Amino acid sequence: MPGQKFGPALFPGLVAAGLGICGLLLVVSGARQGGPWFVPPAWIHRPQPRAGVIAVLAGLVLYILLAERIGFHIVAFVVLAYWMRTLRVSWRLALPVALIAMLAIHLAFYKALRVPLPWGLLERWAF
Amino acid sequence: MSGTVLSQAFALVFDPYVLWVILASAAYGLFVGAVPGLTATMATALLVPVTFFMPPVPAIASIVTATAMAIFAGDIPSCLLRMPGTPASAAYTDEAYAMTKNGQGELALGAGLMFSVVGGLFGSAVLIAAAPALAEVALRFSSFEYFWLVVLGLASAVFIALANPLKGIVSLLLGLLVASVGLDNPAGFPRFTFGNAELAGGLTLIPIMIGMFAVSEILRNVAAIDRPWEMAQARIGNVFRGMWRLARRYPAPIVRGSALGTAIGALPGAGADIAAWMSYAVSKKFSKEPEKFGTGHVEGIIEAGAANNSALAGAWIPALVFGIPGDSITAIVIGVLYIKGLNPGPTMFMNNAASIYAIFLVFILANLIMLPLGWAAIKGAKQMLRAPRAILMPVILLFCVVGSFAINNSILGVVLMLAFGLIGYVMEENGFPVAPAILGMVLGAMLEEHFISSMIKAEGSLLAFFERPIAGALGAFAVLVVFVPLLRRLFRSDAN
Repeated sequence: MPGQKFGPALFPGLVAAGLGICGLLLVVSGARQGGPWFVPPAWIHRPQPRAGVIAVLAGLVLYILLAERIGFHIVAFVVLAYWMRTLRVSWRLALPVALIAMLAIHLAFYKALRVPLPWGLLERWAF
Repeated sequence: MSGTVLSQAFALVFDPYVLWVILASAAYGLFVGAVPGLTATMATALLVPVTFFMPPVPAIASIVTATAMAIFAGDIPSCLLRMPGTPASAAYTDEAYAMTKNGQGELALGAGLMFSVVGGLFGSAVLIAAAPALAEVALRFSSFEYFWLVVLGLASAVFIALANPLKGIVSLLLGLLVASVGLDNPAGFPRFTFGNAELAGGLTLIPIMIGMFAVSEILRNVAAIDRPWEMAQARIGNVFRGMWRLARRYPAPIVRGSALGTAIGALPGAGADIAAWMSYAVSKKFSKEPEKFGTGHVEGIIEAGAANNSALAGAWIPALVFGIPGDSITAIVIGVLYIKGLNPGPTMFMNNAASIYAIFLVFILANLIMLPLGWAAIKGAKQMLRAPRAILMPVILLFCVVGSFAINNSILGVVLMLAFGLIGYVMEENGFPVAPAILGMVLGAMLEEHFISSMIKAEGSLLAFFERPIAGALGAFAVLVVFVPLLRRLFRSDAN
C-alpha cells in the first residue's frame, strides 16, 4: 500500500526468512548427528505395500487427468477396481464393489447433494 | 441466558432431521474410530463435504457426535488388537491390551466407555460455563489483543505441545505460506497466484485438510497392508460390571484426567492425543501403585480415557470464542462455521445465541447416547474389525476425491488433496507434526489482518502492541511461551 510501512510482501518475506533459518539449523543438526542423507522408507522393499503406494498415487493422477474428459463414472470405476486389484482383492469381488461404490457416490453426491460430477463420454446417457 | 433462547435451542436440536443426523453420525464415528488407521480428524474432514449441504445446527451436530464417538471407539481395537483406533488411544494401548491378555478385557472396554462419557460430560460442562463468560471479556478486545491471541495460539502449538520445536516451526511456517496465497490480504494484492483466477481466491482449506488427514492416512495404511490384524479375544461379556466400584475407587484420577484433558484441549495445537499421553504420565506419577502401570492396570486407562474425551470439548472453547482452534478437529470446524455464516467470535454469542446453545445441547446429548451406542459398538467390534482394508481404503479414497471436488466443483480441489496428502505423509514420516501447519493455514489471514490494522491505528509504532493492559499481558505471555522448551530442559537437568 502506498504510504504504508508494511505491505503485502512483509509476511511472505518473514515466512521465507524463517524457513531459511530453520532449514539451515536442521541441516546443521543433521550433519552433526552423522547418518545418511536419505533413508528410504521400510515398505520400499516389500512388494505389496510398494505396489499399493504407487497405485494410490498413479490412480489419483489418472483421475485428475481424465475425469473431465472421460467422465466420473468410467474413471471412478476403473480406478477403484485398479486399487483393489493391487491390494489383492479378487476380480470377483473387486468389480462388483467398484460398481456399487461408484453408483452409491453417484446417488449421494450427484443426485442428493447435486454436485456436478462430470459425465464426459457418457454425457448423452446422463441420468 | 434467557428462557426463550434455551427453548429455541431445544427446538433446533430436538428436530427429527437433526436427531437422525446425530444418530447416523454416531454410527459413522464409532466405525471410523474403531478401525485402526482411520482417525477422528479424518472422520471430520470426510464429513465436511456432506455437511456442506446441511443447515448449520445439524452440520455442527454431526461433527460433535462423530468425533466424540470416534475418540471413545479408538479404545476398542486397543483392547482387542493392540492397535489404537485413533492416535488419542495410543497412550494406553499396551495397558489395555495387557488387561485383555490377563482376562480383563471386559473391564478395560467398560472403563474406556464409562470414563469417556464422564470425561466428555465434564469437558462439555466446562465449555458451557467458560465460553459465554470468556465471550463477555472478548467483546472488549481490539486488533491488538487478537493479534497476541493468535501469536499465543501459534506459539503454544509449537513450543508447548512439541518436544522438538524446530520441526514444528517449519510446519507452522509452511502453513502460514499456504495462507498467504491469493488476494485475501489487507492490501488486496495478488500473491503467488501466477495470474490464475482460481488461485486468486486463495487455496481452499477443506481439500488440503482431506489430503493431510485422510489421504496421508490411507497412504500409511497401504504401506502397512501386508501386516495382518489378530484379534486377542473373540467373546465379550458384560462390560458394565464393576464400573461403579472403579468410580468409587479412583475419584481423583477421574477428575484430574477430565480437568487436565479440558485444559490441554483448550490449548491451541494440542488435542485429545496429547491430552491422553500427558494424563497417562500424570496418573502414573500420582498413583499409589505406579509399579502396576504397564502390566494391565486400569487406573491409567480411566484417567487418560477421560482426558481424551474431555479434550474434545475443551478445544471448542477458543474456537467458538476467539476463532482460534484448540485442536485439528476444531481447525476444520472453524472453516465449517464460516461457511455456515456462524462466524466464530464473541459476537456469535449475542447474534446467534440459540445456535450456540444448540451446540452445547448436542455436546451433552452426544455424550449421553455414547453409553448405549458404545455398548453396541463393543458388542459388534468383531464384525467392524473384520472390515477388509483392501476394500475399505480404495472406497474411502474415492470418497476423498469426490469430497475435495465438491467444495468448489473444481478439479483443483483434487489436485490440492493429492499434493497435500503426499506432503502430509512425508512430513509425518520424518517427524514434522502436521497440526502446526493446519493452525498456520487457519490463522494466517487473521494474524496478518490484525497486525496490519493495529499498525495503521498505531501509525507504525510497534510499542503500541504492549500499551493496552490486556494486550501487554497477552504479549508478555506469548513471549514466555517461547521459552517453555528452555525451561523444560532446565528442569530436566535439575531432576538428573
